[in-house]
Amino acid sequence: MLELTKDNFQEEVLDSKGLVLVDYWSDGCEPCKALMPDVEALASEYEGKVVFGKLNTMKARRLAISQRVLGLPTIILYKDGEKVGEVTKDDANKEGIKNLIEAHI
Amino acid sequence: MSKLYDVIIIGGGPAGLSAGLYSARARMSTLVIEKDRNGGQIVTTEEVANYPGGIPEETGPSLVARMVEQVDEFGAERIKDSVLEVDMTGDIKVVKCKNATYEAKAVIIASGASPRKIGCPGEKELTGKGVTYCATCDGAFFTDLEVFAIGGGDTAVEEAMFLTKFARKVTIVHRRDELRAAKSIQEKAFKNDKIEFIWNSEVAEIKGDGIVESIVLKNRETGEMTEHFAHEDDGTFGIFVFVGYTPQTDIFKGQVDMDRTGYIHTDELMKTSQEGIFAAGDVRVKTLRQVVTAVADGAIAAVQAEKYIEDKFEH
Repeated sequence: MLELTKDNFQEEVLDSKGLVLVDYWSDGCEPCKALMPDVEALASEYEGKVVFGKLNTMKARRLAISQRVLGLPTIILYKDGEKVGEVTKDDANKEGIKNLIEAHI
Repeated sequence: MSKLYDVIIIGGGPAGLSAGLYSARARMSTLVIEKDRNGGQIVTTEEVANYPGGIPEETGPSLVARMVEQVDEFGAERIKDSVLEVDMTGDIKVVKCKNATYEAKAVIIASGASPRKIGCPGEKELTGKGVTYCATCDGAFFTDLEVFAIGGGDTAVEEAMFLTKFARKVTIVHRRDELRAAKSIQEKAFKNDKIEFIWNSEVAEIKGDGIVESIVLKNRETGEMTEHFAHEDDGTFGIFVFVGYTPQTDIFKGQVDMDRTGYIHTDELMKTSQEGIFAAGDVRVKTLRQVVTAVADGAIAAVQAEKYIEDKFEH
């Protein structure tokens, strides 16, 4: 998975063509860490179709808020740099993320 | 045919991990099924100050990490899967999960409880957009912003204090005129000058266009509605909900006796109404839901499960 930061977010997500999925997480968020292996598994499954990235919001709080992320875990799917869908909290599970991707692929 | 376990434990929080440890240590083949993250609710707690013998600055995650190690050392199997259905009625108990079906001679239900929702308009739509149930997950987003903490129990007041690390101001909204939290916690909260209180009030509605912008509180004595808006320069604020818990027992309905709210009845040996089925931890009808009581339940349940299996299957 792509390691996103506030420095490369514009280029890798907002200026990017095609589908980019961003996993917003943080060090203090245990549910995020529990979810991460599932997201990594999906990254392998959709390799070549969807670019997967993760953003540690502890180091990019303003950026996360600018994307209207105020709760973790949140997974947002972007298409050509535009937000097309997201899942958060209870809905941010393997099935929810898969459904999100399938709806836009 | 799938392997027949001695004991299947549903839930990997403190109760389930303790049961797993005791069960594996008694050389029973043991499977612990956790749907999400090990440790359950306690891993979202920053400070575990009241677990006897805990190391200084013990956190939920550090305590749970050690419990998991102990379970593994004694040789219990652990898997991540969601239980969909159970058949508890026969001598062999069947636990159907998303990825596989498992069978055991005894089952320990340690599925715990999850945070209760307020149930007001706007809550669901704005979850993750300012409404949250996890201070350690989302506290940092509200650095220098205002926060409302809803509830008056231990969790509400402790998390409100934790949130003062980030927020400019934390307002505790409680439906009664005094806190339910332990006295020592209350004293700390009353001394904290970042914490304010709104008494006798409950949340009537949460409003916002994609992000929390206002909260409507109803005074339970006068019926008066008051709408609090985000400060203009802030644009938003946080609403942290700590209004108790709901037991995660839907899949067991009709198979073991429960109280009105879904907590499972057991005797002091952790036996449920169904033979071979035990319950441990927060999921049980009990007076004190803490890590220290959860691990005690787990130990008792495992020892009783062992005894049950010996009597039932080995004579």
